[in-house]
Amino acid sequence: MESIINRITRGHFWHFHGGIHPPQQKFLTKDKPIRNLPLPEQLILPIQQHIGQPGDLLVSVGDRVLKGQVLTKSKKPTNQSMVVPVHAPTSGIVTAIKNSVIAHPSGLSSLCIFIEPDGEDKWQERNICEYPELLTREQVIDKITSAGIAGMGGAGFPTHIKVNIQPEINYLIINAAECEPYITADDLLIREHSATILDGINILERLLTPHHILIGIEDNKPEAIKVLQQATADNPKIKVCVLPTKYPTGGEKQLIQVLTGQEVPSGVIPRKLGIVMQNIATCFAIADAVIFDTPLIRRVVTVSGQALDKPQNVWALLGTPINYLLEQCHYQNTGDTGQRNKSNVNANKHVIMGGPMMGFSLSTDQVPVVKITNCVLAPSKDEIPADNKEVECIRCGQCAEVCPAQLLPQELQWSAKAKDHQQLTKLNLADCIECGACAYVCPSQIPLVHYYRIAKAEMREQHVLHLQSEKAKTRFEARKVRLEKEKLARETKQKKAADARKAKMAENTPEASNAKSAVAAALARVKAKKAKAASLQPEEKLAEKATLEKDELQADKKSQVAAAIARAKAKKLAAKASASKLSDAETEAPTETSGEKPETDTPKVKTSETEASQAKASQTKASQPKEVIPKESVHKTNNYKKLKIAAAIAKAKAKKAQKLAEQNQSENSDELPQNKAETSLNEKAEAAQAKKIKDDEKAKRIAAAVAKAKAAKAKRQEQQNKQNQQEAE
Amino acid sequence: MAFWIASSPHNHTQNETSALMRLVIYATIPGIFAQWYFFGWGNLIHIALAITTAIVAEFTVLSLRESPSHQHTIKKQIFDGSAVLTAVLIGISLPALAPWWISVIGAVFAIVVVKQLYGGLGYNLFNPAMAAYVMLLISFPLQMTSWQPPLELMNFDLGFTNSVYVIFTGFTTEGFSIEQLRVNVDGFTMATPLDTLKTNLTVGLTVGESMNNPVIGENFGIGWEWMNGAFLLGGLFLLAKKAIHWSIPFSFLASLFICSLIAFTISPDSSASTMFHWFNGACMLGAFFILTDPVSGATSIKGRIVFGALAGILVYIIRKFGGYPDAVAFSVLLCNMAGPLIDQYTRPRTYGHQVQNKSTGSNK
Repeated sequence: MESIINRITRGHFWHFHGGIHPPQQKFLTKDKPIRNLPLPEQLILPIQQHIGQPGDLLVSVGDRVLKGQVLTKSKKPTNQSMVVPVHAPTSGIVTAIKNSVIAHPSGLSSLCIFIEPDGEDKWQERNICEYPELLTREQVIDKITSAGIAGMGGAGFPTHIKVNIQPEINYLIINAAECEPYITADDLLIREHSATILDGINILERLLTPHHILIGIEDNKPEAIKVLQQATADNPKIKVCVLPTKYPTGGEKQLIQVLTGQEVPSGVIPRKLGIVMQNIATCFAIADAVIFDTPLIRRVVTVSGQALDKPQNVWALLGTPINYLLEQCHYQNTGDTGQRNKSNVNANKHVIMGGPMMGFSLSTDQVPVVKITNCVLAPSKDEIPADNKEVECIRCGQCAEVCPAQLLPQELQWSAKAKDHQQLTKLNLADCIECGACAYVCPSQIPLVHYYRIAKAEMREQHVLHLQSEKAKTRFEARKVRLEKEKLARETKQKKAADARKAKMAENTPEASNAKSAVAAALARVKAKKAKAASLQPEEKLAEKATLEKDELQADKKSQVAAAIARAKAKKLAAKASASKLSDAETEAPTETSGEKPETDTPKVKTSETEASQAKASQTKASQPKEVIPKESVHKTNNYKKLKIAAAIAKAKAKKAQKLAEQNQSENSDELPQNKAETSLNEKAEAAQAKKIKDDEKAKRIAAAVAKAKAAKAKRQEQQNKQNQQEAE
Repeated sequence: MAFWIASSPHNHTQNETSALMRLVIYATIPGIFAQWYFFGWGNLIHIALAITTAIVAEFTVLSLRESPSHQHTIKKQIFDGSAVLTAVLIGISLPALAPWWISVIGAVFAIVVVKQLYGGLGYNLFNPAMAAYVMLLISFPLQMTSWQPPLELMNFDLGFTNSVYVIFTGFTTEGFSIEQLRVNVDGFTMATPLDTLKTNLTVGLTVGESMNNPVIGENFGIGWEWMNGAFLLGGLFLLAKKAIHWSIPFSFLASLFICSLIAFTISPDSSASTMFHWFNGACMLGAFFILTDPVSGATSIKGRIVFGALAGILVYIIRKFGGYPDAVAFSVLLCNMAGPLIDQYTRPRTYGHQVQNKSTGSNK
């Protein structure tokens, strides 16, 4: 451990494989101070500017907002969720909330809040915290969370997740490498605001308690290095590491390798190695948030390129449209936008968000500045020609020489063109950091990274499809097994019942039947009484809690089942006495109740589809006995059966929904559609339960009445039978 | 306002394949000059013939392959320098006074069969120039082994006109045939130094005795040593320009050096010296201009070192034990075949893979 620090102190660093030296072009902006811009006419705030989920809107159209007012918020406990709020960058009125083109390579549209500044720039109430040392850890993290800070280096990972780490941290690495050409935003920020940055680093030090703090900075920023060295002189933990300029030193994995000699294993986050990396601009934002209670509403943006007359670093409010920035820096091609829209000249204009190596072209100049926007590049035609001169690969291997991930770009390219996903996986396409070094050196001018992006997207899509089909398959298999089981159970039961019937037929003497029917009638009477008693206390029951309801429902069910049994028995007796050919009812009645049970108890998660089919199956099953029910009670029993079925289905649904919810939680998948499905299912289940309670009341009463009627009828029939028998004798 | 959309990275080195090819062609100039100085106009005429044929062949095939709407791409592909470079290499490697149809057939075969039928630039498995050379050597052994001796050893004055006459008619203006031109004052047919050595060893002479042959001169072969030296110079220029990677020339020359050194140490009478091998035949041309052809070679640095070393060993084995005096073309083709296999086994370790031991090691 000491040796690493010794090496760093001596200024001996490790190397990462490959790397390139593109023309720096930082001179365009690096000697001018960061400029404050007047308020733009409109601010467009995408509600998602980070990796994770967007928050929920807190404002609506027409609302007046104050500077720093929070506009979106997470529903869940904020410290753990991947939601980062956004804030109003100035005071004004929310004019619209609609989809608009956001800063995304594909020109994607997303929900944005449009704010028209009122020009007053009025702050919401702020509590400036002069002694951040006095805050507890939780308070600091809370402040960072509510300030909406996401990694400002480019990825936009929620910072509150990254600072809320318990395991031991060896190195806190502050990334100030800024290896992309043109960009000087961090450089200028360090030179002008080193004190605040240091405050931010101190806050991070308290949160993470790292053994060492390393600030990685490339040697092309001598002024910034000097300022940093002066500012950190009295903290022995902090080492300013001046690194040789080489692209992409600022890549997380590359910087870790250069500073510590360690490689981050594939698919592992640096935290596992005891390393946390923060961008230097993020440190500034943290200090701003914790000390000055200022949420992340502005950032330094390098507006550069030879198509601008006055390239400069600016403090841009988040949501500032790019065209405003270009205008402020005197973009040569603006002015006659209306005419150019129609002509082809416009198609050759090129504006890049981010650096020339990893930035992406913008499809329109209405795209707003977001939390990850460190540069807006408007190159002239000579600077970055906009034509594609791709020719065939000649396997020169220069790409493999410069690849910092030690991949084989030329082989990846062939496999990507051939859509050979297996080979791509074998060649570790996933480890490509898309730095663009390979495409930069390629003498055949092949846009290699472009091919990789397409291949990655295809593979992601296929992976999702694969997972879905796997899920469907297991579901189908489970269903098949279950149906098979049920079928078997049914068959054995039927067989048993048939055997029993045969046995009974064998001893079918009038004495036996007499005795049996008498017992059955008595039993039915008792059951009917019970059911009546149960139905007499409905009001109290309703008042009881949901947990108790379940037991109660079971009791209800029992009484219902009992009534049904009684009914069936009575019927059976009647039937037996007459001809015994209708005795199917006996076999069907138990199957009905037992048929429902496995359904509600099955532990497997089913989709609503299988549910529906299940319900149908049980319904048909349940409706079978109605054929043998005497005519006068057919209608009533039908109703009653339906209600019962409805109750059973609702119960099953509730259970399933619960299970689904549990599984969703355990899977930790936060995908929106699933959540939606979950909630809607829950709602359905709740509604069904409510209905069921009402229905149950009715059902009980009906059941009691029916049972009574049945008993009476059974008696009557019995008498009749007796008479018949006597007559026959 | 809508903008031009491009994928990152947006900036780019000014490197182009065609520029690379041009640079390689320029780098052959010292070697060609040495060849002209010592062997006359013959090879220059063959180079011109081969270039013309190659461009015509390239144009014909590309016209067949590409639709007429791609005229500009055809033009671009013809002048990307790859066909010209192939033709130049064929022209250099042919015997100076070989008949004209040798270079024409060679160029057509190289472009049409070896390059375009395999899919064009970037897809050929074999080095086109060397594949053509081997095809010619096997098909027309007489013409392909009738090496012209250096001008200073020849009995006849062979100017530009005579060279043209010999190449196109087989006879000089005075009516001498190639065979007559190759005979020295003593009435012996002169051969290349490598050939001479091989023949002498079979008739029982030692290497030391062979070195007295007039063809070899003071060092390793009149003309040949300078030609190789000039190609070495061109190669160093390419290395300095970073047009080629050091790995293949280095490993090729090193392995040839080591092989010949071992043999020379064991039996100096039957083995030529290391420098004799380095400065004879197509050694330097092969090391810097042919083996370094990226398309048909290995891609990774490790792979290229293996590739070059293999070529060096093969050259030595064929020169020493094989039936042909020189072996660069054969070993290049054999290595081309081994290229994909070498690539397969010399894949670099991707960052972050199989890193467990190393990272824990450096932690402690």
